[in-house]
Amino acid sequence: MNGWSRQGTVLVTDFSRQEAAVLRGLVGQVHEMLSGRAEDGPKDELAELTGIRTGHSTAPDDPVLRRLLPDFHRAEEEDGELSERDSDSAAALRSVHEPELLEHKTGVAQVVLDTCPESGGRIELADEQADAWLAALNDVRLALGTALDIREDGPDEVPQDDPRAPHLGVYHWLTVVQETLVEALTS
Amino acid sequence: MNSPVELERTQVDPLGREVGSEDRPWMTVVWNDPVNLMSYVTYVFQKLFGYSRDHATKLMLDVHQKGRAVVSSGGKDKVEADVAKLHAAGLWATMQRDS
Repeated sequence: MNGWSRQGTVLVTDFSRQEAAVLRGLVGQVHEMLSGRAEDGPKDELAELTGIRTGHSTAPDDPVLRRLLPDFHRAEEEDGELSERDSDSAAALRSVHEPELLEHKTGVAQVVLDTCPESGGRIELADEQADAWLAALNDVRLALGTALDIREDGPDEVPQDDPRAPHLGVYHWLTVVQETLVEALTS
Repeated sequence: MNSPVELERTQVDPLGREVGSEDRPWMTVVWNDPVNLMSYVTYVFQKLFGYSRDHATKLMLDVHQKGRAVVSSGGKDKVEADVAKLHAAGLWATMQRDS
């Protein structure tokens, strides 16, 4: 992959078979996590009748899912507790919005799976598909970044025998894929 | 953020409740995050809010350097929808009221 470029109305790049496999694997895993969260949401007969969905009212325990599905409120102080009113409001807002957010995130992941051939090769995206790719790439980077505990000050690299080394390499590669796609889309 | 009109409206009634608190606008706050790319965050602000590249870049730099920025404000429904859109884009956004 040498980055994305705009050719007429489409954005174009080339992936090797291995690059396609890595991206599809990660996007597939995130898709699976999000689908699992959607499936174990509260079942409500009334919701099934009315079509008004109600999602989880509590944040996920898993730190990766928690980062992908943030609360609507945050305490002013770092690690501070929300007031009872904000905490109730966050629960209500989550149950209203989470189903749609999960649908959106699994949707953009699916766009990547549908447009990135397993064998790699040339990839062509319309602008709307490119937006879906950006959101899906971002979700995968958030997931990896959370798992690798990426912070403002790094790590940019770790010793080669560190168990995180191969994952960090993938994380940096995904950064390049996303960064060059933003550049191609806005140039 | 406070205008003189709003200051006048924020008075305390005899029961100690804040008068006019329903009129205080909600704010959409975006928090700094070590993963999200500066170019992507700028692009999202332009795309979701229709901001100019300069304004979107300024907000992105505020998030990056100050740790947070207010990116939109207004009624509860509008701000709630803005936070939902930012979550869909993968940004860390919350909503709060000016206090």
